[in-house]
Amino acid sequence: MKTLVLVEHDNTKVADATLAVVTAASKLGEVHLLVAGHNCGSVAEAAAKIAGVGKVHVADDAAYANGLAENVAPLAAALMADHDAFLAAATTQGKNVAPRVAVHLDVMQVSEILSVEGPKTFTRPIYAGNAIATVESGDEKLVITVRGTAFEKAAAEGGSATVEAVTGAGDAGVSTFVSSEIAKSERPELTSAKIIVSGGRALKDAETFEATITPLADKLGAAIGASRAAVDAGYVPNDYQVGQTGKIVAPEVYIAVGISGAIQHLAGMKDSKVIIAINKDEDAPIFQVADIGLVADLYAAVPELTGAL
Amino acid sequence: MKVLVPVKRVIDYNVKARVKADHTGVDLANVKMSMNPFDEIAVEEAIRLKEKGAATEIVAVSVGPAKAQETLRTALAMGADRAILIETDEEVEPLAVAKILKAIADEEAPGLVILGKQSISDDSNQTGQMLAALMGRPQGTFANTVAVEGDSVVVKREVDGGLQTVKLALPAIVTTDLRLNEPRYASLPNIMKAKQKPLATKTAADYGVDLTPRLKTLKVAEPPVRQAGEKVADVAALVEKVKALGIA
Repeated sequence: MKTLVLVEHDNTKVADATLAVVTAASKLGEVHLLVAGHNCGSVAEAAAKIAGVGKVHVADDAAYANGLAENVAPLAAALMADHDAFLAAATTQGKNVAPRVAVHLDVMQVSEILSVEGPKTFTRPIYAGNAIATVESGDEKLVITVRGTAFEKAAAEGGSATVEAVTGAGDAGVSTFVSSEIAKSERPELTSAKIIVSGGRALKDAETFEATITPLADKLGAAIGASRAAVDAGYVPNDYQVGQTGKIVAPEVYIAVGISGAIQHLAGMKDSKVIIAINKDEDAPIFQVADIGLVADLYAAVPELTGAL
Repeated sequence: MKVLVPVKRVIDYNVKARVKADHTGVDLANVKMSMNPFDEIAVEEAIRLKEKGAATEIVAVSVGPAKAQETLRTALAMGADRAILIETDEEVEPLAVAKILKAIADEEAPGLVILGKQSISDDSNQTGQMLAALMGRPQGTFANTVAVEGDSVVVKREVDGGLQTVKLALPAIVTTDLRLNEPRYASLPNIMKAKQKPLATKTAADYGVDLTPRLKTLKVAEPPVRQAGEKVADVAALVEKVKALGIA
């Protein structure tokens, strides 16, 4: 089977999410990559070095600069004439593009796979991760999005794929990129961080969240996350949200501070290797999944913990 | 401008889904069902566009069992003008739903189609994008803010790492994210009035759409259960544990 993986990037470097997709694709067969961007030579170069990749298709055109789905999907669909499976990360970018590719191929997409069970059989979470479905596709070609935390990342170095320039139809003429507000941060990215410190509604307000969570995260070199309640209450920006409707994370260590542990939140972090919970309510559901729990007032406990580390 | 709002009847947000003992699916017998929360946000956004004068008529659509009428009545009570139910007892996959919606859009010619980014049942996150591709129209997925400006719509999208703003030529498809708005509750008088609003019932065959599933569900299982660990007595004990993990 020949697979085509959509490379996620910012025209400068390959996003980590792509490495997990390469691993998933390699379980199906030969791995080819698609880099659609503008002035994205460095991305193509880096993509060619990913271990296990056979070929990198590069479409360099202003129409692909911002990854607009209306422009990228027809390009990917055209390349699918020579491939059997299209895979993208289950990120906002992958989720935006893949279903359009599926329509071009008249295929029912398999969303957010957790494992490859056979050439056309996969597991995927449904009902906010409260059930895991094993599904088999009856379509000739496959369109798949991949949950990054469910697969090991392929090595970013060690490969030597051939790079081939391709052209597509370019601008579909129906959408334009206006602007983006991407937070620049020294912190590790939430979905690839080794340690995450997450705060919940108990943090009261934005100032308290910052004053309590940030020093601990700084000390540990951790990414900062939040529960939906904390995001909805405006303590932190929406891209901090961990949960079924936010980001799915699986770090080495997840520290949940003042988070009760709603199903929605647990669905987004329960695959973390070690979960530490600090909450003053000893009956909080978060303790049912935590490896290490501390029943304490977070306003006293967190600064004390930060100070002692 | 007409706005089409597809809505789905799903297990209520507050109910925990239970896997059936024979592993064929999730048990929906005697379980409270409601409108998919992301679709409620879609209905609300359409109503706000109408209140602002950007939209003239709101048509709610649902593909599902006869009971999905209740979901459509909820949309009507919130403020939609009329409803269309495509009645089926089959589980309909996003691709087939999108094909039905495409046929309805061909008939109704909406300027905007607003729908939830995903249903909280099968969590596919596909229907809006698929509909957009079938119509050959642009999409503003995971919308945080929607503004109609002349013959285009400006959508601020929630993307990984922040926000992205795109400008789309109408007709366009918008899928809603959580923070687009807070849906209103329908008032009792409006619930009563909704009973008089028109609700047409059709079938997939009326639109020539084949509902045969492309995916076969082989098994539905419970996710692996995490065991609770230990509670430590105080911060000093926690510090020791954290240090033992080798992260500090």
